[in-house]
Amino acid sequence: MEKRYDIVEIKENVLADNDRVAGKIREELRRSNTCFINLMASPGAGKTSLLIKTIEALKDKYSIGVMEADADGDVDAKTISALGVRTLQIHTGGLCHMDADMTFRGLKELGFEDLDLIFLENVGNLVCPAEFDVGAALQVMILSVPEGDDKPLKYPLMFKVSDCMIVNKIDAEAVFDFDYEACVERARALNPEIRPFRLSALKGENVDEWIRYLDGFIREWRK
Amino acid sequence: MHEMGIVLHIAKTLNETAEEEKITKIGSVTLQVGEVSGIITDLFVDCWNYFKVRNEILKDSELKLETLPAVTFCGDCEKTYPTVKYGRECPYCGSYETWLLTGNECIIKEIEAETL
Ligand SMILES: Nc1nc2c(ncn2[C@@H]2O[C@H](COP(=O)(O)OP(=O)(O)OP(=O)(O)O)[C@@H](O)[C@H]2O)c(=O)[nH]1
Ligand SMILES: [Mg+2]
Ligand SMILES: [Zn+2]
Repeated sequence: MEKRYDIVEIKENVLADNDRVAGKIREELRRSNTCFINLMASPGAGKTSLLIKTIEALKDKYSIGVMEADADGDVDAKTISALGVRTLQIHTGGLCHMDADMTFRGLKELGFEDLDLIFLENVGNLVCPAEFDVGAALQVMILSVPEGDDKPLKYPLMFKVSDCMIVNKIDAEAVFDFDYEACVERARALNPEIRPFRLSALKGENVDEWIRYLDGFIREWRK
Repeated sequence: MHEMGIVLHIAKTLNETAEEEKITKIGSVTLQVGEVSGIITDLFVDCWNYFKVRNEILKDSELKLETLPAVTFCGDCEKTYPTVKYGRECPYCGSYETWLLTGNECIIKEIEAETL
């Protein structure tokens, strides 16, 4: 049987659509004065560890929500919600990043109107999350010492789109022969505006410097 | 890579269109992919084929890919040039004050559809 088809014009820019939704997220969050922070890193770089320290330091000051995006499981969401902040586990179903649409749905499910501050722990990956704007006010990436100081050369986009580069696990610097200055230089070559931090989320070293910066950023953004 | 995410997004859009336009089957989907969109077409086609057989409306559809050339504009000499060949540096005046005009998009151009 011969099938007959009509042509339907669509003309939708798939990638631009992500930017449109990200723009909408920014609008909504501006309206509710909710500061939204996108946390990106490789698996195991210390996203959850740093989140815990950050939440402990700021939870009396701001009402905080967290979205944990993972391919599967809910271990991080359990850890975070034990701190007494509103937490949502998002399953990406094997996807390697959060896009703006999934983020928007997550924000609505979490409920954002009454929150001052929301963190997204993005899927552990240095490639894809960098390509998808999720409407955050601040883009933070963590690079942990065991990954090596050459990562800006291998994953340039992540360093280009991030406002902050947090070098974590500096308690292990000697073991891994990590050259912090060289790493910062490589990152700055890609993004002169990037703000570097050097800390240990586990031992707490220099975490206060990060907290001070973040607190200042949030205050500035919300006023 | 995020090709699967793009496939899922396109499928969602097409399923919504299908519902609005009362389309029962899609015969072909034409996509325009920019040269510097970052989409790896081989991988994209694999993801598409994996997904489409699981989707009622798309399962017999053919995927047609068209490439959109990437063009960069130079802010200093105001000429345009092919991005892939010359990158960020303007081949006419050597300036780096350049920006992409087209080539990073992925557009669902049209579909061939069977309606009730
Ligand atoms: N030595 C050292 N270990 C750390 C530091 N920060 C985190 N870790 C350890 O690194 C491991 C992974 O930390 P997480 O915070 O779970 O990392 P993550 O990025 O959230 O990991 P995923 O969510 O699985 O991608 C844990 O065993 C932490 O204890 C640090 O500053 N120094
Ligand atoms: Mg984690
Ligand atoms: Zn020029």
